[in-house]
Amino acid sequence: MSANSNKPLAYEQSLGAAKTTVAQFEQEEGGVLRTMQHILHRSPWVVPLIVLALSIVVFGILAGSKFFSPFALTLILQQVQIVGIVAAAQTLVILTAGIDLSVGAIMVLSSVVMGQFTFRYGLPAEISVLCGLVCGTFIGYLNGLLVARYKLPPFIVTLGMWQIALATNFLYSANETIRAQDVADTAPILQFFGEKFNIGGAVFTYGVVFMILLFLLLAYVLSSTAWGRHVYAIGDDKDAAELSGVKTDKVLISVYMVAGLICAFAGWAMIGRLGSVSPTVGQFANIESITAVVIGGISLFGGRGSVLGPLFGALIVGVFSLGLRLLGVDVQWTYLLIGVLIIAAVSIDQWIRKATV
Amino acid sequence: MSNQEPILKAVNLLKRYGHVTAMDHCNFELYPGEVVAVIGDNGAGKSTLIKALSGALVPDAGEIYLEGKRVNFTSPLDARDQGIETVYQQLAMSPALSIADNMFMGRELRKPGIMGSLFRRLDKPAMEAFAREKLNELGLMTIQNIQQAVETLSGGQRQGVAVARAAAFGSKVVILDEPTAALGVKESRRVLDLIKELKARGLPVILISHNMPHVFEVADRIHIHRLGTRLCVIRPDEYEMNDAVAFMVGAKEPPQELLNAV
Repeated sequence: MSANSNKPLAYEQSLGAAKTTVAQFEQEEGGVLRTMQHILHRSPWVVPLIVLALSIVVFGILAGSKFFSPFALTLILQQVQIVGIVAAAQTLVILTAGIDLSVGAIMVLSSVVMGQFTFRYGLPAEISVLCGLVCGTFIGYLNGLLVARYKLPPFIVTLGMWQIALATNFLYSANETIRAQDVADTAPILQFFGEKFNIGGAVFTYGVVFMILLFLLLAYVLSSTAWGRHVYAIGDDKDAAELSGVKTDKVLISVYMVAGLICAFAGWAMIGRLGSVSPTVGQFANIESITAVVIGGISLFGGRGSVLGPLFGALIVGVFSLGLRLLGVDVQWTYLLIGVLIIAAVSIDQWIRKATV
Repeated sequence: MSNQEPILKAVNLLKRYGHVTAMDHCNFELYPGEVVAVIGDNGAGKSTLIKALSGALVPDAGEIYLEGKRVNFTSPLDARDQGIETVYQQLAMSPALSIADNMFMGRELRKPGIMGSLFRRLDKPAMEAFAREKLNELGLMTIQNIQQAVETLSGGQRQGVAVARAAAFGSKVVILDEPTAALGVKESRRVLDLIKELKARGLPVILISHNMPHVFEVADRIHIHRLGTRLCVIRPDEYEMNDAVAFMVGAKEPPQELLNAV
């Protein structure tokens, strides 16, 4: 036992008188801009919400009641539901500092499985839907396994899986579309998410309701459960998360599986939206979902952002598309403005990060 | 003390990265209730030894025994489940998450009742209260908001949080890899007091440090690491600090009886 073990060193003598209260400071007003920056740093989803509100107001003024009606506004919801649901899946993956290029392909393949299992093998439609959901989850599992266990970059893995799933989709479906009338006659449950209900001129579909509920559920899971905190921790710094006791491989695989499952639901919702089961749709869902996620303020470097952002991001794109169409402008203006929005969103993200607190 | 069974023992640990030998047939013992300091030059392989003991790396050869039983740690989680808590040099924190989130990473508390069991809802108030209490014990009064993200803390405050986490959850062994490196005078003192407190609770501590006054103050035995292996073990009351430094850098050969003891 060391002889001098309880004697503080000479230079530490005055420590006994150290203050024992939690430090407090006067809160000084830093001006509107600083306060804004501070709020945005805490709640990054506010930016897309403001942009969404502004764009609705602007198009409301420009296009008048054509745009600013319950019918038109809920039409936007219907138009963005597929991209919105896929963006939810994309958000999960991007939060882990990954990216999923295969979302659209998983969606289409799952919807084709739902359709073909019913019509080719005569399975009850409920079972086919279940098979489609399992199919999406399984492809997600493969993605997750390759990313987590074999440490391959998510970009490469999902780039490959995109091609594989898409080719499987065409090979398996033999490029055949199942007509809407046939689906409605034999397996109406496949069109479940397309069913509409009316609230005073506003038209909602179950798909729209599903999208909104999905985002609310994910917002809860990400902020209030251990799994959600682990998703953020992995995106932030995977090694640190591992050292502090997160089973990173397991969580990563589960993230890709959930993303695959959500994409399969998007495939189901797509049958509802189109009526038919077609292997040739949804080709751009991956880029559109990434657009929604970026405009929604999620950092592509992972670990930052709120899942509600991409919902607003998808809606912004929807508002621009419909608003510009109603104004009778060339559709290329829509793409141009969305391009501007993406770059603006990332610039704002950088500015917010400079706020230290 | 040496007639007791060591609580943590490593025998013949070996680790090579290609042609670089990081650990060369290294032995290590930690006895119940003692503080062992590990000192050594930069690059001597202290951190490699500590990572092997905490499960962060798997040695190429050699055995590790915890309470006499052979253990094979393949991840830090394995070691943690066995009651070994570690503060790493790089601190292992998620910068965007809050202090409470970080302290409870991987062992979160859930709300009682159905909110916790079915909806998996985290008990944030309880975790925040616990985190605040542990930080106060450590005297980290400059942290104003327990919900603030770790990235907004200073280096020293981060280190304080990491140490508080290990002290709060370690049940068999606490390993501190340079815990005072980024700390101020007052916080360093608190960490040293904390080490003594852990010892008083009967919890053995492994301390890696370059700070000789700190090492000589709290350690019961000093493990001197040189060239990837244990050179010798000294007692702080039998040797001076400059002896220890001389052994460590190879300026002086340790006496034969010390070498034989190893």
